[in-house]
Amino acid sequence: MIKLIIKVLFLSILALQARAELVIEITKGKQSAIPMAVVPFKWKGLKALPENVAQIVANDLGRSGYFNSLPKSEMLSLPNTEEEVFYRDWELLKQDYLVVGEIKQDSRGGYIINFKLIDVNTRTALMNQKLTGGASSLRDIAHFMSDRIFAALTGLPGAFSTKLVYVTTNRERTKFNLSYADADGAREQNIFSSKQPIISPSWSYDGKKIAYASFENGRSEIFIQEIASGKREKIASFKGSNSAPAFSPDGTKMAMVLSRNGNPDVYVMDLATRQLNRITKHYGIDTEPQWMPGGQSLIFTSSRVGKPQIYQVSLADKKPKRITFEGDYNARARITPDGRKMVMVHRNNGRFHIATQNMKTGVLQILTSETQLDESPSVAPNGSMVVYAASVGDRSILAAVSLDGEVKFRLPSKYGDVREPAWSPLLK
Amino acid sequence: MQKSALVKTLGLTFGAVLMTACASNSDIAEGDELKPLNAAQEAAQEEAADVETQAVEAQAVAGEQIDAAANEAQAALMDVSVFYFDFDNTTIKADSKNSLIAHSQYLAANSSARVVLEGHADERGTVEYNLALAERRALSVSRFLQANGAASSQIETVSFGEERPALMGHNDDSWSQNRRVEIKYQSR
Repeated sequence: MIKLIIKVLFLSILALQARAELVIEITKGKQSAIPMAVVPFKWKGLKALPENVAQIVANDLGRSGYFNSLPKSEMLSLPNTEEEVFYRDWELLKQDYLVVGEIKQDSRGGYIINFKLIDVNTRTALMNQKLTGGASSLRDIAHFMSDRIFAALTGLPGAFSTKLVYVTTNRERTKFNLSYADADGAREQNIFSSKQPIISPSWSYDGKKIAYASFENGRSEIFIQEIASGKREKIASFKGSNSAPAFSPDGTKMAMVLSRNGNPDVYVMDLATRQLNRITKHYGIDTEPQWMPGGQSLIFTSSRVGKPQIYQVSLADKKPKRITFEGDYNARARITPDGRKMVMVHRNNGRFHIATQNMKTGVLQILTSETQLDESPSVAPNGSMVVYAASVGDRSILAAVSLDGEVKFRLPSKYGDVREPAWSPLLK
Repeated sequence: MQKSALVKTLGLTFGAVLMTACASNSDIAEGDELKPLNAAQEAAQEEAADVETQAVEAQAVAGEQIDAAANEAQAALMDVSVFYFDFDNTTIKADSKNSLIAHSQYLAANSSARVVLEGHADERGTVEYNLALAERRALSVSRFLQANGAASSQIETVSFGEERPALMGHNDDSWSQNRRVEIKYQSR
């Protein structure tokens, strides 16, 4: 709970202007989604609450694809405590689970939320918790509650308290922002702005830093920015392009692509000594390095057979091994946290979509179809969803799809083009 | 500027010489009929020697004129400063080569001239792959310029990947205009 307060403090340190927020549209839900209802919470305060906590929780759970949240308009009664629950109402509505609770204000202006997760079929409370947070932290408390409920019912950690960074740009491409927002697109802030392109934001595994490539000095150079302080440091500005940064899982190294020797190749930099270890040496394109869990090997995109395919290379022997064989364009692979699946951009019949490949069996599955020119996939830290950039109409928007392709939603922005999303790790 | 002025001056000078040569030629023609064979031959030889001398100059004039014409042609070719590529391809197209050769020759003749080659890609495919692809397009043009006389010290390459499209459309027309290398002179 103290962590929530810390998080709020750290958010207010980011004294940055708010922007037009992303608005979520769920485009496809899961057939097997569990029906549940989050009943509006009791609040006796004189002023209306700044956030609708029950609605945020209902949206979080609904968007995960694992649950179907019952709209308030369809509820037959609005209980706030277990005693007030009239089970026949919920059985009639075929709801499996119910969340009820109340919100109170504490003496310092903060909030206390007591809630219960109830199993309608067994008529028992599965969870009875009290959450507290500062005056401006209602949204954080709501996401935290969603995480708890999601974990209790699915066995997976919830990823609702996580963040996204992405690049927004106007139509004329004269202004670029590195934006930072909740995983549902709310509370968007710009953490860096430039008249020159910004690409490839990526998180450190502790969630405290973002690395990205910025063209502010006329060509791409790699910067690390501390989220809480906004402090930036340029770490690679060799001759040619410096790009595609990826923090190692232990945070001591960074994989990157440098063209200092003419051709783009993958390097690993020791962040303490700034020493470079060249990993690939080929006349083709080698780019988009990503660490495998454990940090002993990398996957990357290479055009060494003519068209881009994914390769894996161990840092020890530096001998790349091809791992994609289906299709003539596989690029920008990301690994799920358990290391079992790879998510990448795959071209099929001339169209670019997001696909997964099972690392063990090599079986490929295309996840997206409604959007076009899909690129920049980034996996949620609990491995449930992939956020990516796509073209819809003449706009570039963010969209998300579950790893099984069953759940899809979009986060269209009201402003310009949104590109290059990167999903944060689980934030502690 | 200096060079073209010089060419003009030379052109005028040799133009005058050429007119003199023409006058001599008509003298020979006339003399040919009037003079006896031997004398005519002698004269012809003399005149031929004269003509020969002048002819060398005349050829030099022609040579300069060709250069002047070539300069204009080179200027026209150098007006082309954007070169296009096929999808996921870094090969210089045949119709780009004459213009690129003109740029190479200009760089070779003007050692203080400097260019930046900006590589670009269309929006299809991934951001980083396109950054690398666009860089390789710029490097491909750089190698071509060097093979045709430019010095590596005169050339810088920079890649903007898919970040700076020339046209904003999401269609083949825009894409074909966006897959490009732009030659930008930093100094002439």
